[in-house]
Formats: sequence, structure tokens, C-alpha cells
Amino acid sequence: MSTDTPTTDLALSEETIPDPGLHEHTWRPTDIDERAERRAERQVAGLFIASMVMSVLFVVSYFAFEIGENIDLFLGGGTSNIALGTTLGLALLFIGIGVIQWARKLVADVEMVEMRHPASSPDEDREETLSALKAGLEESGLGRRKLVRNTMIGSMAILGLPAVVALRDLHPGPIDISVLERTVWQPGLRVVNDTSGIPLRPEDIEIGQLVNAEPEGLVHPPGEGRHHGDHSDRPAPIREYLEEAEDWEHHIVLNEMAKAAVILVRIEPKDITFSEKSPENWSVDGIVCYSKICTHVGCPIALWERKSHHLLCPCHQSTFDLADAGRVVFGPAARAVPQLPLSVDEEGYLVAQSDFLEPVGPSYWERG
Amino acid sequence: MSNPSVTSQVADTNAGTASKPAKPSKVGGAVTWADDRLGLATAAKKNLRKIFPDHWTFMLGEIALWSFVICLITGVFLTLWFKPSMAEITYMGSYDQLRGLAMSEAYGSTLDISFDIRGGLLMRQMHHWAAMLFIASMFVHMIRVFATGAFRKPREVNWLIGGLLLLLGILEGFAGYSLPDDLLSGTGLRIADGLVKATPVLGTYMSFFMFGGEFPNNEIVPRLYAAHILLLPGLILALIAAHMLLLVHHKHTQWPGPGRTEENVVGYPLLPVYMAKAGGFFFIVFGITALMGGIMTINPVWKYGPYNPSQVTAGSQPDWYMGAAEGVLRIFPGWESYLFGHTISWNVFVPGMVILPGMLVVFLAWPFLEQWVTGDKREHHLLQRPRNAPTRTGFLVAMMTLFGLFWIAGANDVIAVLFQLNLNHITYFMRAAVFVAPVLAFIITRRWCISLQRHDEEKVLHGYETGIITRSPEGGYAERHAPLSTERAYTLTARENDKVLEAPNGSDVPAKGTRSTKIRAKLSKAMFGVSVPKPTREEYLEAQEHLHHELEAGHEDSHSPGH
Repeated sequence: MSTDTPTTDLALSEETIPDPGLHEHTWRPTDIDERAERRAERQVAGLFIASMVMSVLFVVSYFAFEIGENIDLFLGGGTSNIALGTTLGLALLFIGIGVIQWARKLVADVEMVEMRHPASSPDEDREETLSALKAGLEESGLGRRKLVRNTMIGSMAILGLPAVVALRDLHPGPIDISVLERTVWQPGLRVVNDTSGIPLRPEDIEIGQLVNAEPEGLVHPPGEGRHHGDHSDRPAPIREYLEEAEDWEHHIVLNEMAKAAVILVRIEPKDITFSEKSPENWSVDGIVCYSKICTHVGCPIALWERKSHHLLCPCHQSTFDLADAGRVVFGPAARAVPQLPLSVDEEGYLVAQSDFLEPVGPSYWERG
Repeated sequence: MSNPSVTSQVADTNAGTASKPAKPSKVGGAVTWADDRLGLATAAKKNLRKIFPDHWTFMLGEIALWSFVICLITGVFLTLWFKPSMAEITYMGSYDQLRGLAMSEAYGSTLDISFDIRGGLLMRQMHHWAAMLFIASMFVHMIRVFATGAFRKPREVNWLIGGLLLLLGILEGFAGYSLPDDLLSGTGLRIADGLVKATPVLGTYMSFFMFGGEFPNNEIVPRLYAAHILLLPGLILALIAAHMLLLVHHKHTQWPGPGRTEENVVGYPLLPVYMAKAGGFFFIVFGITALMGGIMTINPVWKYGPYNPSQVTAGSQPDWYMGAAEGVLRIFPGWESYLFGHTISWNVFVPGMVILPGMLVVFLAWPFLEQWVTGDKREHHLLQRPRNAPTRTGFLVAMMTLFGLFWIAGANDVIAVLFQLNLNHITYFMRAAVFVAPVLAFIITRRWCISLQRHDEEKVLHGYETGIITRSPEGGYAERHAPLSTERAYTLTARENDKVLEAPNGSDVPAKGTRSTKIRAKLSKAMFGVSVPKPTREEYLEAQEHLHHELEAGHEDSHSPGH
């Protein structure tokens, strides 16, 4: 630090006006008028009594009012909830207002002065501490025995290793990042409506229409037995894909849904720009199928503008042109939304030609 | 000693009955019992009647403290029924529209708390409102501390603790609203997963460890629950304790005024005034939260439905304190690089992990920058009015502007619908505005502060405007000015003039450290060369004389009955 640092007292020498000192104390009505004092006392006690009443009313409301689904019954909040909230709120507020009224009107209000001390300890204390520290370190021999000191520091640093490694099984078993590259879509797997579970034919989709879809058998199995390991009714590709998952768990469905969800749109074929990235034979009569998972941070993309063929993500407004290979036309996404090659099976239902040819969803380091 | 309850009287005669120690009072007895065992009287004697200064802005941190306590109380209630599990159940509770649906236990038990536990909805809503109040009051408290220079020595460490508390509070809030596993909170987690995955090198593995597999899997809710009810609140509590201990050790800052100096603290004693006021205030915050929980719906998870990764609600918006993060994510351009077979998602990584944390770091580093530039190593206990630190105030407003713009950008879709604007245009506008508006805000605020300083100077020297218009014999009109009271004038001038470091003389031999000295001198001129110096004593006395003269002349002139 250089020497031209301004350090010492500027305060006093600079004063424009000498400090006139503390303002004289003024008395409150409650200090000098006994009637005002009594009145304040009654006010405070009255507030406390009002709080008691409210607490009792809370208990009454607790038992008196029905709860349940009629949440919009009264003022959109449910009778029980409103009654409980109001009574509890007032019971608490009356105590708070009462105590503060007491403090303001009846408790002495003379301003007092306390002197400050530097935040630091007195110099002699500091010196004593330093010499104690020095003596202690000297006696420990930490400075001299470098071998002991360094190995001790080393051993403690290495202790971080067990701490980190112990968290390894946050993901039990080997981590296979390549699962991000594939979904349950398989050649020949039908595309079904994601609310009804019904397989879709090209004629079910009109020009300009968008259908939210998913692979057949993932969520809506044709038969029962979803929970008990009986997957015989499911389409073969799904069964094969999930062979390793012994039980048909809720979260496995969700994990697959998070990658396999798609949208189908039908666009006038002449409006579509076919390219190497989006060849004509991936579409069926102008029906194209794209991943529903945004390439930005993974929200499901849901807003469709039929005139411009733009698909907008409701989370961060990335916009993709589905008539042009899912190209990004606006927003923070960096990559086109992946397309699922589509065709029609012998029975006339829309099916996948294959899985997606690139990972769906947000980018990650190893994506390449 | 005149105190009649003194117990050390000694019998001075053997005649009659021996003298006995007087019976101590009940309070005295309890204190003696406790002190014999705990030995706290030494600490308590200084602190029971500790003086705290009074000002409404000193209450903001108190709101944060009390709302955190309310979160703890209501949170314990919620833990009694909430089941942090993602196992699938079929909902059979009271809410008709979701009955029979498959959902996670977490979502099902949240519905139970809302519809089948009496007072459960109230506690859930109070918990959520108190959490919002907690974070909001921390923000405002931080702005207050920054704007008044309360972070200066010796309070720098407490400033950092406060910043850490804000960060932890936001994480705690995010963990909390992710727990119900409804469609909205699941979408929030989906975005968090995208953010984590965008971390270079480690991101993908971090995501797999976080979720115990692929997103969403069945582990994240119990893990967030552990963080939300144990880890984060534990850290927050410990930091609050440290924050309060330092507050007591430093004694509170105070506004300058008559009798208030750097060496003293003027105000009211903890016992009884502040114990009553602060204790009463706890009940007021608690009461207001209960009223809000009772009559204002918040986070109606039953309307969103259970989480499904293929669904989303249009216009989905996170809790307000995540709004800035959401906004910067929305307006950042879609930049991505591909290097040696690896993907770097600048479009997610930079807004999520660099910009906002960077803003916090710069904000927290400001006190150290200021100290380095001024070289001021003294303790400061008198607050500064924002106008008297124009550069600092300008910087604060610039940062608030930037944060506010990010926040607005987080609602660009809502704004587009509300004002019938083109969404893309709003986004383009925001991309430019985040660069231009903070600079404008800085310049305007700084100029504004300087003119307010001039206004103060004028009031001190030329008095305040009385509203009395006088007409001179020549027919001219003038408003009469009257001098400020000495106390008011003292308060307005109780500040230090800013000092500008002199640049080192251009010596031919560059001494060690000259470079940094030069930077310091430049910064010093830029930051502190703009303030209006306060009037000197001579200027003040001269102006007073003039003012009194004028006033007397005015009295002689005007014989209107109104005076």
C-alpha cells in the first residue's frame, strides 16, 4: 500500500457546523397524563383479549368447517382454509400489535447513548494471543518437523477422496451415457395418440393439424398387466428394449417418455423443404414426426403455429421450423429438433422406420 | 449501598436475634441459580440493555429472520404428512378431478395435505408465502445495506455472509417448490437438468449422479427433500447465527444526526424496548403470513396435475426469484460450439452458471474494491445517504436495472400476450437493453445523486423555501427563504468529503507498484471525483448571516396581518 493513503481523522476538522448534541427528550401524553396512560393500558389489554377470542375461533373453525375438494367454494380459497387463516392471522396480529403498542406508549422511550469500541480486540489481548499462538506452534514443532506437517496436511487432503468416492453410488452401477443416444423407438413400432393410446393412420391427421404422440405400448398397453411383469401384450420392440428392466416401473416409463415423446404434424408437401437432413422418404403424405423434447434445456415443445409451420417451446421460446428439418428460427436453442423417420405398415398405421438418428433433448459434453 | 435487598449485612452484635440476609427477589433468585451454573451474567450485563438505533430500514433484515422462523415452524407441520417418494400410487383422496390417476407419492401426499388434512392447505400456503417473503426481504435488506454503505469496515464479513444467505435461500426455495412433483415443478427440474448437462466436461455425469440415472428417474425428490429440510436449513441457521453475533459485536450502524457520532450508538435498549418491538414484530409477520395463507392462493399444484415429461403448461413460470435466471436463459442467443467431438452449450452454460453467479460475485466484491481505491482503513458506523455516494448508488441502480431486465425477460411470453406485442421483438429489445439500460441507469442515477447533493448544499446555505412570496417596491416577486434549524443543517452536513487520490508524479524510474497506484488514482478520480463538497464552516456562517439579514429585512417589509 502506498504512502499517500488518506487515513486519519477527517471528520472533526471538516465539520461545517459543530454537533448540536442530542435532541431534548419530549414526553408522550402517556407519560404525563394518567388518563392517556390508562387508555393505552386498556388498548393493549383489549388487543390481547381479541387475540384470545381469535384463537378460540380458530379451534371452532377447525371443527366446524368441512374440508375437501370444494376448494373454490368461497372466494376461491375454501371455507375451512379462509376461516383458519383469518382467525390464526388475527390472533397473531393482535398479539403483535398489542406488544408494539405497549412498547410505544407505556415503555420508557428515553434515547440512550452507548459508546462503541473498535471491532478489534485490545492490543495487549492481540499480542497475548499472538504470543500464545507462537508458543503453541513452537511447542508443537510444526514449523521444524516439516515431514510431520506435510504428511498431516496430505493425509487430511486425501481424506477428501473417501468423502467424494462415498457418493459414487448416487448412481448405482456403471454409468452408461449412451442411453442418452437411444430411445424406445424401433423399426416398425406404431405411433399412437398420447392421450387415447390409439394407433394413428395418415388419414387421421388433417393438414395443419398437430398430434401429440408416443410409441405404442409405452404407456397405454393394449391389455392389462402393466404392473406385474406381464408384458406379453406389448409390441415386440418395446419388450425387447425393456428386457433388462425387470419390473415395469413408473419411473422407467417416465424416463423413456422423457426421450420418446414426439409430435406429428401434417404440412402441404409442396411447403416442405426436403433435404439431406430431412429426406422426403421420412415423411408420409406430408406428415412429419419430430421429437417433442426441446434441444435447449429439454422442455416439451407444445405450441404449434399452423400457418408458418413453426413450433414454439413454452419455456424459453425457442422456435423450430418443422417444414424445414426442424431448423431453429428463433430463440436460445442451438440445434434443430431431431426428426423421426416415418412410414406406414401393412395395416396402414404410421410406424417408425428406426430410432432417432441423433440424441434427443438438451446438449451435453459427450454429445459430439 | 442503599439497596435494601443487599445480603451482605454482618451481625454486629450477639444480642437478640442474629441478623439474617434479606430475602432476595424472585428474579434475583432465578438469575443467581442460572449464573451459578452457566456464568452468563458477564455477557448478559452488557447485552441486556444493549442500545439499538431506530430507523424503519433496519427492520428489513428482521422480516427475513422472522419469515425464516415461520418457514421452520410451518415446515415441521408439513413434514408430518409429506411423503418424499416417487413411488407410483393411485390417488384416492378428496380431489375429484385427479381421483384414480397414477401419480407419485410426493404429489399424492401434497394433495392430501391440501384437501384432506385440516389446516394443511393453510400451512402449505403459509410456508410458500413465508419463503417468498424470506427471499424478497433478503434482497431488499441487501439493497439497503449496499445503498447506505453499511458494508464498510468492520462489516465486510457480515456482508459476505449475507450474500451467501441469499444464495442459499434461493437454492432452498428452488428445492422446496420442486418437492410436490407436480407438472410445473417437474418442468423446473427438467430445466435444472438441462443446466447441469451443459456444464463442460463433468455435466453429463453430474446429471446422472443427481438423478440416480436418466432424468427424471425416482431419486430426485427424496434427495431434494434431504437438502431442503436438513442440509440447507442447517447451513442457513448457522449463518444466521453468525450474522446476528457479528451484528451484536459490531453494534448496529446509525444515521448521522445531532449527538450521533462514529464513536457512539444512540437509540433504545434491547430490554425492554427492542425485545418488545422485535418480539411483537415476529407476531405481526407471522400474522400477515397466516392471513396471506388463508386468503391468497399460492402454487395450486392440484391445477397442474402430476409430472409427465411429455407435457407442459403454456406460460409456465417459476417462482419469482428464479425469474431472472429464467429470463437470461430466454434471451441468450443460441450459441453452441463443437470441439474435438465435444459439445459446449454456451447458450445454457453462460446464462445459467456464469452471468447471474457473476453478478453476485461482483456485488459482493464491491466493498473490497471501494476500500482498495480509497485506501480507507477506518471503521465506519455512520450510514451514508445514497446521494452522498453517487458512484456506488449508480452502480447499485445499474445492477438492479440489469437484474430487473432479466426478470422481465423471464416473463416475455406473458408480456407479449398482455400487451399484444411480438414475442421476438421483445426478446431482441431485451438483448440490446441489457447492455444499454444499465449504463443509462448508472449515468442518470449518478447525475441525479449529484444534483440532490447540490440541493442539500443550497438548503444549508440559502435555507428552505417558505412558500411566502414577497413583492418588492419595484414590483418584482421573490420567494422568501428561511434558514434550516441547526439540527437539520448539521444532519445534512454530517458527512465526509470524498477524497481523490493524487496520481503519482511522473518520475522517470517506474517504482514497484506504480502501475497499481496509477490504476487506483484513475479509479479514485472516476469514482470519487464527482461529489459536491459540503459547505465549509466559513461559507455556512457567511450564508447564515446573509440569510438572517434578508429575513429581518423581509419582516420589516411585510406588515400583512397574516404574520
